[in-house]
Amino acid sequence: MSRFLRRLAGVRWRAIAAGGLSRGVLVFCGVSFMNERVASLTCPRGPSMLPAINIMGDLVVADKVSARCGWVASGDVVQFVSPEDPRKTVMKRVLGMEGDAVTYLVDPGNSDASKTVVVPKGHIWVQGDNIYASRDSRQFGPVPYGLVNGRICCRILPLKGFGLIGSKE
Amino acid sequence: MARVWAALRPYVKHSIGGTLVGLTLSDRYFCVSAVHGSSMHPTFEDRTGEYALVQRSGLARYDFSRGEVVTFVSPVDHRSTLVKRLIGLPGDWISVPETAEIRKIPEGHCWVEGDNGSVSWDSRCYGPVPLGLVQGRVTHVVWPPHKIGRVDKRMPEGRVMPQRHF
Repeated sequence: MSRFLRRLAGVRWRAIAAGGLSRGVLVFCGVSFMNERVASLTCPRGPSMLPAINIMGDLVVADKVSARCGWVASGDVVQFVSPEDPRKTVMKRVLGMEGDAVTYLVDPGNSDASKTVVVPKGHIWVQGDNIYASRDSRQFGPVPYGLVNGRICCRILPLKGFGLIGSKE
Repeated sequence: MARVWAALRPYVKHSIGGTLVGLTLSDRYFCVSAVHGSSMHPTFEDRTGEYALVQRSGLARYDFSRGEVVTFVSPVDHRSTLVKRLIGLPGDWISVPETAEIRKIPEGHCWVEGDNGSVSWDSRCYGPVPLGLVQGRVTHVVWPPHKIGRVDKRMPEGRVMPQRHF
């Protein structure tokens, strides 16, 4: 027993703790950097992007670089902070960049009335693919580009649907 | 070549590590940024390069209070970041002196104005700003040395009717 204790006291605990701490901090910083600036994983939920993204159970990659650098173009699927509730992040398809004229159905399913708007400077027009069950720019108007925090580039799960989620136009 | 790499390796390793730590600190906790322009006049002046400490932790809770100075991405141009005073929170009624109207701030938005009302380009021009655009709170002035100190909360008198605590 005393031999065991002596051996325990001989271990360089301080060096091990320092090494572990610095490595831990570096790993945390690396993960945070990847997550905030390069790409992150998200599980979208809800029916608004059917059929491109399922109601549940998908795992997609959001590419942060192109959102930050302004490479988002019309036709891409983006994720952004909801302008109505900042605690929510929603995923929709960009249908118009600044200066574009967008025509949309005001009340799909009930009437054929359509409306055309010009997207103001610095804003984008976003709409769900499933126009019957989506709360998007048709309700809250164009969204400032600054709210966009990722472009959805590919799907990982389910494995059957693995692949790029590209633009559809 | 291998010898050069062996000599450079510790420096490269440390600089990558330092960059990661620095970026994480500035993304998650706090950063120091320069303030330009005269729209925040008594708090920040235009002539000198002034630097502010921007607190970025605790943003996800969105527990802002009226009168704080915040930084946010401009709703008109996503490449520029603005510094203004947050005056109204969602649900508040605010009177706009220029147009003499009383507006209700919609859900998820806030009202921002510069301290120097006459030259500031703020919510009076582009309307309420989504709270998701807010990037940080300005808590301290860190440069020039004679102005080092906290940035205090201030509210214009009698223009805002607070509705609830957000």
